[in-house]
Amino acid sequence: MTTPLHRYRVVQWIDYRLPIFSWANEHLVEYPAPRNLNYWWNFGSLAGIMLVVQIVTGIILAMHYTPHVDLAFNSTEHIMRDVEWGWMMRYIHANGASMFFVVIYIHIFRGFYYGSYKSPREILWWMGVVILFLMMGASFLGYVLPWGQMSFWAATVITNLISAIPWIGETLVQWLWGGFSVDNPTLNRFFSLHYLLPFLLCGVVFLHLWALHHRKSNNPLGIDIKSSKDTIPFSPYYTVKDMVGLGVMFFVLAIFVFYLPNFLGESINYIKADPLVTPPHIVPEWYFLPYYAILRAVPDKLGGVIAMVASIAILFVLPWLDTSKVRSARFRPVYKQFFWIFLADCFVLGWVGANPPEGAFILIGRICSIYYFAHFLIILPLLGKFERTKPLPESIHQAVLDKQGGDQASGAPPGSSSGSASGGSS
Amino acid sequence: MRAQLLAIAVVVGLVFAGTSMAFSGTAQASGGTPEAPDHDWKHTGVFGTFDRAELQRGFQVFQEVCASCHSLEFIAFRNLMEIGFSEEQVKAIAAEYEVEDGPDNEGEMFMRAARPSDYFPAPFANSQAARFANGGAMPPDLSVIVKARDGGINYLYGILTGYEEEAPEGVDLAEGMSYNHYFPGHQIAMPEPLYEEAVEYADSTEPTLEQLANDVSVFLAWTAEPEMEIRKKTGLKVLIFIAIFTGLVYIIKRRIWAKLH
Amino acid sequence: MAETASESEQTSPQGEETRRDFLILAAGAMGAMSVVGIAWPLIETMNPSADVLALSTTEVDISGVTVGQSITVKWRGKPVFIRRRTQEEIDAARAMATDELSDPESDEARVQQAEWLILVGVCTHLGCIPLGNKFGDPRGDFGGWFCPCHGSHYDTSGRIRQGPAPKNLEVPTYKFLDDTLVQIG
Repeated sequence: MTTPLHRYRVVQWIDYRLPIFSWANEHLVEYPAPRNLNYWWNFGSLAGIMLVVQIVTGIILAMHYTPHVDLAFNSTEHIMRDVEWGWMMRYIHANGASMFFVVIYIHIFRGFYYGSYKSPREILWWMGVVILFLMMGASFLGYVLPWGQMSFWAATVITNLISAIPWIGETLVQWLWGGFSVDNPTLNRFFSLHYLLPFLLCGVVFLHLWALHHRKSNNPLGIDIKSSKDTIPFSPYYTVKDMVGLGVMFFVLAIFVFYLPNFLGESINYIKADPLVTPPHIVPEWYFLPYYAILRAVPDKLGGVIAMVASIAILFVLPWLDTSKVRSARFRPVYKQFFWIFLADCFVLGWVGANPPEGAFILIGRICSIYYFAHFLIILPLLGKFERTKPLPESIHQAVLDKQGGDQASGAPPGSSSGSASGGSS
Repeated sequence: MRAQLLAIAVVVGLVFAGTSMAFSGTAQASGGTPEAPDHDWKHTGVFGTFDRAELQRGFQVFQEVCASCHSLEFIAFRNLMEIGFSEEQVKAIAAEYEVEDGPDNEGEMFMRAARPSDYFPAPFANSQAARFANGGAMPPDLSVIVKARDGGINYLYGILTGYEEEAPEGVDLAEGMSYNHYFPGHQIAMPEPLYEEAVEYADSTEPTLEQLANDVSVFLAWTAEPEMEIRKKTGLKVLIFIAIFTGLVYIIKRRIWAKLH
Repeated sequence: MAETASESEQTSPQGEETRRDFLILAAGAMGAMSVVGIAWPLIETMNPSADVLALSTTEVDISGVTVGQSITVKWRGKPVFIRRRTQEEIDAARAMATDELSDPESDEARVQQAEWLILVGVCTHLGCIPLGNKFGDPRGDFGGWFCPCHGSHYDTSGRIRQGPAPKNLEVPTYKFLDDTLVQIG
């Protein structure tokens, strides 16, 4: 295929041997995207960019960090104090991890709302769940590296969960530790694995995007692309729109990096790890709090581990649990309510996870954990059978025209953003 | 569009509510210990900078009072140039201290005067010696103490000014402990370190308890975050740049999309 | 919003085009600025850190060095040769005509006090440490140092006389703080 750049002989020469220009043209310029995507579709590209930010800042930090129990904390302070721009690299990396999760959770909930996990995008969704697991692994490993009190004790608590596995649990956890408790061998290998996982992530992201491009994007109406009238080329429309989202995300990230750098962290991680002193409250980073609540909601150790893993693993079967033929919550008035309740449930779980497992928190945590699974295992399957969905539009472009016609009829000039953005252009 | 904005507002509101609730939960010290109140600080806030005079007074308090028990391991003497001392002054300050060096040609370790490149020597050789000299309690290193405690600098100021002569009714003070309003559990092993006129300031500021506590707290805020001023300055430039750039890109986006209709 | 406002602005094609060109130009310029603004700290962050820079000088006690004796000290991770030269060594160095050297430099230009020769002990060829500072070491054909890696010979002023090394042994910045103390770097 020819691209505008093909007027240069050099481009032709290269492209004939390795079609990078054709490939870039097909997937980044001409790639047909639904014309009605709203800003909730920005978060995929934002996640990709956060991955790059983390890798770049991470490689820089790795130049100055020492993964030894006697030196790790000090090397982190060395980065903060002596390395040029070290404080900035460190704060970008630490807050960038949080930003990565914010973006990914919004991206996932976009998928929940608009049915992006439904056929034919099941494998796309699976790649996404794998990405989530890898992100959680990478961030857990990364948090251990500064070797503060929370680093050490979070590592101890979470790795101890593995000992809950019957028969092989004890052996497995000692194998993971490289010893009989979290100590130097553990820190060293966690550093190696923390460096590795993001590159595995890159591979899975590639598969994720490949699957996406094969069946094309979903859209807010949840209906299939029927003709080229439904789509617009990715570039310039979505490239420039993605840049707007990028600017907003970097603005938010910059607020945290430069003015609230430790807001999302735990102060006791500025105390050197002490295996002989357990902090009064061990809490993971905010993005793990809901799973932490689910873990603690089950009184049995192994049961808690299974519930915690299941809370994410259940996403693998979501395409089959949700039996509705209609994708988008726009046309599923009952599902829409349950979506918001589910979102609220996740927030409450997070709040429970942040607090000690005492008093009312225990009951609330249990109720919300049960509700979490009920949403997937009971509500979604039933909704598909019994919900009366709203009639779907004929096609994407018809819906866009209808919207514009409605705008014109009400006197608003074309292209202005009044009412809901089914046009997706504002 | 309105529904979208509402959804965003709800999500953002929930996030903030959630995080502030989550963190107020952990910020509260163990049952009953009040949170230290907000003291008026010059350096907090978006445009805050450190007052060099305050930092130098705080350093003097640290040297004369705190350093006998507390180490400051991440501060090198050369860092003191950032709080307004000249190179000559820093060399002189460093030379007042001794650090271990060696081995010499005979294989022996020896003590020598510190240089600007050296770090503050610790008052005790190891934590066991520190505990032994302090009734079993370990005086923590103070380099990042302001970041290592919930409540940060307010907590520190509260501790330093929150001692009571006697424990209130019904509280049984253990041997060697003092009563403090803001220390979790109220019983603190450190005897009251600051009192009026504990230090005679080089710049003749009146050394009230509040002044001493204020100055040493600000000094320790600096040791914890020496990059604070440049961080905030860079932040302002970055935020303004991003805001303008994003605004520009947004205008371009609108123009490009307008063509679709 | 923006569109209703545009009715009161220029809508002539030229006005539109200049505004569009300006926007693209401004955005492009800011884009370029952001690329530089991101790349710059990434590059600077690899510079020597503050603690490394602070250790860039070292003080050496030379009171124990007798005439004809050499010592080696570590400075910036590299060996520094300090030799208290004998009169013969000084004379030999001064006798050599400067312009016949492959790296012309007079001995006077390489020392502050004729007796004390201070050199960075790293061969200027490919970085090995030349022999000659320890008692019993080979000193090469010119009485100074000999690099065993590729056979460079240095004289009693540390200048290259034979062999593949292109330059004389480097003289670091130093100053005598007093009779017994020299500060290097």
